[in-house]
Amino acid sequence: MKYTLLIYENSAGFALRNDPDKQQSYWAAWPAYTKALQEAGVMAGGAGLEPPGTATTVRLQSGKRHVQDGPYADTKEQLGGFYTIDVPNLDVALEWAARVPAAPGSYVEVRPNLVVPA
Amino acid sequence: MPDAETAAAVEKAARDSYGRLVAYLAARSRDLAAAEDALADAFHAALATWPDLGVPEKPEAWLLVTARRRLIDRARHAKVHAEATPALRLVTEEAQALASRANLFPDERLKLLFICAHPAIDVAARTPLMLQTVLGLDAARIASAFLVKPAAMGQRLTRAKIKIRDARIPFEIPEAAEWPERLDAVLEAIYATYGLGWNAVTGAESRGKDLATEALALGRLLWQLLPDEPEVQGLLALMLYCEARRDARLDAQGGFVPLSGQDTRLWSEPMINEAHHLLLRAERARHIGHFQLEAAIQSVHTRRAIFGGKTAWEEIVVLYEGLVRLAPTTGALVGRVAATAEARGPAAGWELLRQIPPESVVTYQPYWAQAAHLLGQLGRVTEARTAYERAIGLSEDPATRAFLVRKFSDLSTG
Repeated sequence: MKYTLLIYENSAGFALRNDPDKQQSYWAAWPAYTKALQEAGVMAGGAGLEPPGTATTVRLQSGKRHVQDGPYADTKEQLGGFYTIDVPNLDVALEWAARVPAAPGSYVEVRPNLVVPA
Repeated sequence: MPDAETAAAVEKAARDSYGRLVAYLAARSRDLAAAEDALADAFHAALATWPDLGVPEKPEAWLLVTARRRLIDRARHAKVHAEATPALRLVTEEAQALASRANLFPDERLKLLFICAHPAIDVAARTPLMLQTVLGLDAARIASAFLVKPAAMGQRLTRAKIKIRDARIPFEIPEAAEWPERLDAVLEAIYATYGLGWNAVTGAESRGKDLATEALALGRLLWQLLPDEPEVQGLLALMLYCEARRDARLDAQGGFVPLSGQDTRLWSEPMINEAHHLLLRAERARHIGHFQLEAAIQSVHTRRAIFGGKTAWEEIVVLYEGLVRLAPTTGALVGRVAATAEARGPAAGWELLRQIPPESVVTYQPYWAQAAHLLGQLGRVTEARTAYERAIGLSEDPATRAFLVRKFSDLSTG
């Protein structure tokens, strides 16, 4: 079963990426987590994302295009990255979600990937 | 709307007597879910009527009588209104009559503990079931502790209760022949609760301390119910030894402090003393078990506080060898490696580590942390870095992760 872990961070979480004191441990933890997923044979994809300020949103409407600066939702926590993992069940997916090295205060939403009917 | 005083009285009654009431009702109705529902109704009725009727002298007797009526009414399929005040006045009288008897109602919680850990119940449901029925924890909190989707945890608990009812699992103390196995299942379930609390060290994660406290409460309850079982004493001693060190596990900045670096002045002396007495009592029974051995290992660690900071590692190795023979879990195997490395050097530890089957440790963080530590000591820097990285990637606790990241960077610069 494939699940996607959507990692939502607040502005303090995003700021860690450039914090001179905490940067090092932040950047050490993510590749380690990715490697642990690979070694366990469950890694199926994913990416880290640039901060929400870099986002551009296209609104899809019939006949009209609407482009705006910034992310779609104006929420305190923003999508910071995602992983797709292939694990036997949700319990195992939640175990991996708990290990995501995002800063305290982050959220990891776990969703089963949609299985397209054959 | 219940006033604050009533709410506090109901909450106290729930805390003090929830498990006893559920156990008593379920032992008679043989239907755990119905007993819980009836008791929930009784608590609702208390909140609705105690502000007018006053808090009864013996709240648990009132709750018991109300819940019992609820169960009978349900069995008759009669439609009733629990909040109907005239009916509840009768309850108050009945409860007073009951309360005047010396022994209010027998304690059936031991039977309930054995039911929760019955072999017919799914292993994954045993501890959650115990937390819910004996301690009254709600399913959402249990789900968080076990990292399970709350809806799924609710279903798991419901299924277990249906199984108990439909399979007619008896509310009885097991017979001598099955005693050791059944008791061990109860002990394992309690220890699992403690383990969940122990793994979350950081203060931010309050579920940790809460669950450890709940586990200790269950351990104490079991000891009270079975005062002469050495393994019960062993388990309680083990939990107390670990709990005694809680405040020493984090430094002022919230950083993780390994056992060897802990300030022994921060260990709780009363808890250590209590654990020590329990363990001595257990040993007198001359019937060793893995909880007693694990407690003995912790006991040697705590002696460091008395004997000038030196740990008797060789003694710990011997105890781990006994433990591995009795219960060769991955945790025990890794613990033996750590003790052997301390007593006889990193090469001896590494020899044992190599014998642990790799497929059993793919996601077992303590193995990788131990491997990294030994490889670093042996000067095998590249392999040590790989192992540290793996341990970091598998860490759940931020303090532990930060500690390992520091070790990892020391290794690359040093």
